[in-house]
Amino acid sequence: MIEHYLSLATKSIFVENILLAYFLGMCSFLACSKKVETAVGLGTAVTFVLTFTAPLNWIIYTVFLKPGALSWAGLPGVDLSFLAFVTFIAVIAAAVQIVEMTMDRFAPKLYSALGIFLPLIAVNCAILGASLFLVERDYGFGESVVFGFGAGLGWAIAIVAMSAMRHKIRYSNIPRGLRGLGMTFILTGLMAMAFMCFSGISL
Amino acid sequence: MATETAAPPASPPLGLTKREKKILTDPLWDNNPITFQILGVCSALAVTVQMKTAIVMAISLTVVTAFSNLAVSLLRNYIPSKIRIIVQLSVIASIVIVVDQILKAYLYGISKQLSVFVGLIITNCIVMGRAEGFAMGNPPRESFIDGIANGLGYSLVLITVSFIREVLGSGSVLGFKVVPGFLYAHGYVNNGLMVLAPGAFLIVGLLIWGQRTLMGVEKHD
Repeated sequence: MIEHYLSLATKSIFVENILLAYFLGMCSFLACSKKVETAVGLGTAVTFVLTFTAPLNWIIYTVFLKPGALSWAGLPGVDLSFLAFVTFIAVIAAAVQIVEMTMDRFAPKLYSALGIFLPLIAVNCAILGASLFLVERDYGFGESVVFGFGAGLGWAIAIVAMSAMRHKIRYSNIPRGLRGLGMTFILTGLMAMAFMCFSGISL
Repeated sequence: MATETAAPPASPPLGLTKREKKILTDPLWDNNPITFQILGVCSALAVTVQMKTAIVMAISLTVVTAFSNLAVSLLRNYIPSKIRIIVQLSVIASIVIVVDQILKAYLYGISKQLSVFVGLIITNCIVMGRAEGFAMGNPPRESFIDGIANGLGYSLVLITVSFIREVLGSGSVLGFKVVPGFLYAHGYVNNGLMVLAPGAFLIVGLLIWGQRTLMGVEKHD
């Protein structure tokens, strides 16, 4: 059992990195990877919110939306799975709000460090994407917790590594038109290639 | 992004005014949402292994952007500014559900291939960005045109990237073989990198380079 979870975690962090293999969360990845501190902040916030929302969305999907899920309410023939999109995005927006308020109350230091990034996360595709992957791959509850955490951590590793690289190349002599965005894309491509070396590893 | 303000509304019932023409052509090249504004990149990379999926995705996104812009623009005077993001998200999510159901009904195979990326149109920055940056401050007609135009700008990039990736990666266009057989006989091999994730990043990076060089944009970020 533990082995299964460990292998799922490695898979979601390295082999099938949500950013480098599925391209999710690219917008904030490109916009917030200029400085290492910002990248660390955003990476932590994404990991936090993903670990929280993935299981939450799993519960909601299993209890209310799945075909036949409402049989506990005496409605075995009802299939609400088409509502998944709107429910998930509402849950994510609400969860982000709750996480923000809880942190403000109990961890003010962390809150002031992450404060500005939290609202951004509601529209980060990595969060919604992870929830949709849960449904598509038919994960169980334990798996959804591990997958949420792993996907978030993988995203955080990618953005922190990227910000460090962008810091390094700041004074490199790059062709004019390639400076900034273009170079970032090519670096991301090289990084994705490097991460592909992990494929085939299973615990 | 600052809300663009509307010129005095003087649109005739038929034909396009000068301003509307500008709204329509601007996002195609000068202000392309993907290569210039860096919006909506996620799905642009993910669905471009084949042209077929890219075209379906491009059409879906254009439809969603156009209609969400229209709806948000119609509602713009009634949306309280504090909860506008969540209102926009629910409008967009509802339209995406409709598109997803239509795809499932008529193009089931492609809808399976696109998997989660149809749902991810909801968080596509182009849709949100246009609703927030344009539709909240402009009349419905112009917003609708703006939605279509940005969708087309996105489609242009998507189709270009998918064309390059499909030709180099699988040697075909829209599923038809275009690389002649004798090349393979002489040792030509499809470039497997193009089918994988890194290929997409590299192609988009090179496209941005090309466009910026042609336009002479010097943007230091």
